[in-house]
Amino acid sequence: MTAPLLRVEKLVKRFGALVVTDELSLDVRAGEMHAVIGPNGAGKTTFIHQLSGSLSSQAGRILFDDADITHLDMPQRVRRGLARSFQITSILPGQTVLANVALAVQARSGTSFRFLRAVDHEAPLNDAAAAILDRVGLGARKGVRAGSLSHGEKRLLEIAIAIATAPRLLLLDEPLAGLGQEEAQVCIQLLAALKREFSIILVEHDMDAVFQLADRISVLVAGRVIATGTPDEIRANAAVRQAYLGDGELD
Amino acid sequence: MSQQQALPATTLAPASAAAWRVSFVALLFVALALLPIAAKLGAEGYILNLVTRALIFAIAAISLDLILGHGALVSFGHAAYLGIGSYAVGILASHGVEEVLLQIPVAIGAGALFALATGAVSLRTSGVYYIMSTLAFGQMLYFFAVSLSAYGGDDGLTLPGRSTILGMPLLKADTTFYYVVLALLGATYVLTLRITRSRFGRVLNGIRENPARMKAIGFEPFTYQLAACIIAGATCALAGVLLANQTGFVSPAYMTWQRSGELLVMVILGGIGSLWGAIIGALSFLLLEEVLSLITEQWKLILGPFLVLVALGGYGGIAGLADTLRNKLVRRGQP
Repeated sequence: MTAPLLRVEKLVKRFGALVVTDELSLDVRAGEMHAVIGPNGAGKTTFIHQLSGSLSSQAGRILFDDADITHLDMPQRVRRGLARSFQITSILPGQTVLANVALAVQARSGTSFRFLRAVDHEAPLNDAAAAILDRVGLGARKGVRAGSLSHGEKRLLEIAIAIATAPRLLLLDEPLAGLGQEEAQVCIQLLAALKREFSIILVEHDMDAVFQLADRISVLVAGRVIATGTPDEIRANAAVRQAYLGDGELD
Repeated sequence: MSQQQALPATTLAPASAAAWRVSFVALLFVALALLPIAAKLGAEGYILNLVTRALIFAIAAISLDLILGHGALVSFGHAAYLGIGSYAVGILASHGVEEVLLQIPVAIGAGALFALATGAVSLRTSGVYYIMSTLAFGQMLYFFAVSLSAYGGDDGLTLPGRSTILGMPLLKADTTFYYVVLALLGATYVLTLRITRSRFGRVLNGIRENPARMKAIGFEPFTYQLAACIIAGATCALAGVLLANQTGFVSPAYMTWQRSGELLVMVILGGIGSLWGAIIGALSFLLLEEVLSLITEQWKLILGPFLVLVALGGYGGIAGLADTLRNKLVRRGQP
């Protein structure tokens, strides 16, 4: 078998005496959608922060494409192809929707130390951004200030920005958070489409969505992975039922 | 027209808003260009001197607005660069170098270098600590200037005359000097405006709005903020060169922290982030100072409440107020 795209080895994060990530190990294969689930407080978001580089790790290693990225900062990891979306929407509210995405395209297309040419008129940036916005269904909202989008649209913009960095691994931190039934369906369809194109780590509370989308699922309890497997294997896993799902909840 | 009215205010014809700003700024520069002619009717020397000074401060204010309005970096030590620029003129002149084409590169280089060195430290802090560290660096430079006994120390330096251009005393006439200052202000405004709309400017504004987001798409804020500080420092040093030439005098008083505060007031009064607001802010601050101080010595008692109103009103200063009024007029004009 080929080496995994992402290998996490015995990763540790402590806040004082509290161990949030406890020798966590995980592999993500190229091309798969790997969901990370777990009860509240299991350390999912901390783990995402450690992966993306916004939190440092006290021990363990993160190997991305065989290179050790444990000590790289966030911008460096992004440039290697590890992009994230935020659980709480994080956009540039004062800029247009198009500019939000064009900035992410700009980050990987040449230097940003250009001072005189109007960036509004850089067709390659705008075209690439517009194409991505069309994909996520925000094509008609390009010229609107991002701050005036609805919550559901902001969640889609969040994903569009992450895609625009041209990642090789996409970390999606609760993309469905706070969405209504209809909006969630739109988002799930989008994720299903993205799945074929990107390797994805999906942290999500919506179990229906997770079991519908994921190729493999890792269950996190108290900072450790207690099981990894296909949706069917996870559904059948006694330890998982015991520790997290509660008997019968998945049927 | 009902379709247009249905649009949210945020998308209200941005093209026409931009057009009105361009025409307003153009009008302002035309008025300033005609001023020396109008000034002949009154106390010519006095008016010209006052407005020249205001235009010089407008250059400094624009440079501060680049980092304050577009970078959200509240520098409380920006007057240091006025000092650097003017001391570049004073020190070079005291060694016989009065050529402005040498003085300006030295001033700009020194300003950029000071911005690089202090920014590299200050930008590792944020919020109140950033403000404090810029204040501290400004004060360090102030006391350094005071200690320069070879160059007048506390008393400063008197220049032998205005700088020369290619050895010729072209800046000697007040009117010529005025037009040179006005041209440099125009160039500063246009260049800074272009910077804010460039790739670099978009990154800088993005960092102001949401640094976490910018890191998450691969931008390291520090590098871009430092570059902005260097541009602002170099620009303000140019204003310092002009200030020394205008007053014929260089002293540590140019870089007191009160002066840094006044620069902040100019930008805030005019409207943070609009650049042309910085010009309006500098003009109104210095003209108000002049007019109000004729009425009372405690003129800041009158300016103070006005500033509080600007801060409370959230109009974005004079520039913001003008935009708001204009939008109201436009809406009233619609069927």
